Amino acid sequence: MSAWDYIRSVPDPEIPVVDVVSMGIVREVEETLDCVTVTITPTYSGCPAMAEIESGISASLHEAGYKQVEIKTQIAPAWTTEWITDEAREKLRNFGIAPPERRCASGIGGNSVACPLCGSEETRLMSEFGSTPCKALRVCQNCLQPFEHFKCI
Amino acid sequence: MELNMELRGQVFDYLLRHADDRLVLGHRLSEWCGHAPMMEEDLALANIALDLIGQATLLYKLAAKTEGSGRTEDDLAFLREPSEFRNLQLVEQPNGDFADTIARQFFFDSYDVLFLEKLSLSAYTELAGIAAKALKEAQYHLRHAQRWMLRLGDGTEESHNRLQDSVVNLWCFSKELFVPDNLDQVLVTERIGVDLKAVNSSWQETVTDTFREATLDIPGDEQYFASGSRGGYHTEHLGFLLAEMQVLQRTHPGAIW
Repeated sequence: MSAWDYIRSVPDPEIPVVDVVSMGIVREVEETLDCVTVTITPTYSGCPAMAEIESGISASLHEAGYKQVEIKTQIAPAWTTEWITDEAREKLRNFGIAPPERRCASGIGGNSVACPLCGSEETRLMSEFGSTPCKALRVCQNCLQPFEHFKCI
Repeated sequence: MELNMELRGQVFDYLLRHADDRLVLGHRLSEWCGHAPMMEEDLALANIALDLIGQATLLYKLAAKTEGSGRTEDDLAFLREPSEFRNLQLVEQPNGDFADTIARQFFFDSYDVLFLEKLSLSAYTELAGIAAKALKEAQYHLRHAQRWMLRLGDGTEESHNRLQDSVVNLWCFSKELFVPDNLDQVLVTERIGVDLKAVNSSWQETVTDTFREATLDIPGDEQYFASGSRGGYHTEHLGFLLAEMQVLQRTHPGAIW
């Protein structure tokens, strides 16, 4: 197993059904004999989960036997939801969170977002801000359920 | 890019200005937490505060690194006096009612999107990277403020009147967003900073369009306008804000948990 495989076992602390690699947070992993350097990109400037993600990655690699683990933060290019894998998008949907669109629409209104529960495209934006920086609140006009949408950035 | 001694000090001062804007406004918005008029708004304002404080952290870290004297981002945030803060007077104004907060936020966000677009082209690549990241967040913030400007301005008579009062009261803080000083000019020449004059006309357009749609009158220019905040001149409100924000580090220096 490579260092990448160990890092893949680290869940996203806010959305534990997906891991940090499939969320596109891990940029690069450099391995030497017993030392490993991991470069990560924060999702939002103020995301409080980043400290947790760093310590999660460190812990998983130490447990795997790497003696020295260094975590570097890289800001540019800025993280984008395009880096979230298809598999992770599917997991988000099954978890009840509408995944981000492949292409972001700008301006008021934005894309249509399908309800993760009933699949209806008839959904309405309640607020662009939700329980974490990365999510917006929507409500389905068909099944009337409120749900979270992972917003496109 | 390699900065010589003189330029290093200038970039440090420039980074502080823009970090201070974000820390002070973020702190103001965080005062709404648990008090906003509705649940969604409570989350929205707390989220925006979090983004702004996160951006401030990145800028303070870069400032500390640029200065190279061993200070940390926390030292810069918690151990400076009000006269050492370089934020705009606009962002330190009290929250007032919800209309006051929205008007203040609209003025700042509409400026911030334009400012960050230009800053993301800075020759100081680490600064450009922070700006590009912050821009994505600022676009959400602006949409939020614009929606509320429309909803309140073109809403009931009461909401319209209160928002109109708010924009009149805050108008005197709007000019200094675009008045460049020597430092701005030096850093424009070095292609590190933003040419504020170039941003000003686009800002006027955004304000004019939003005000028209929100049925608000734009206040006239025959009045007092605040200035001097980039030189450390502030309204009395900043001291109280910092006293509350810094009390822990001032009382127990170096405390961590």
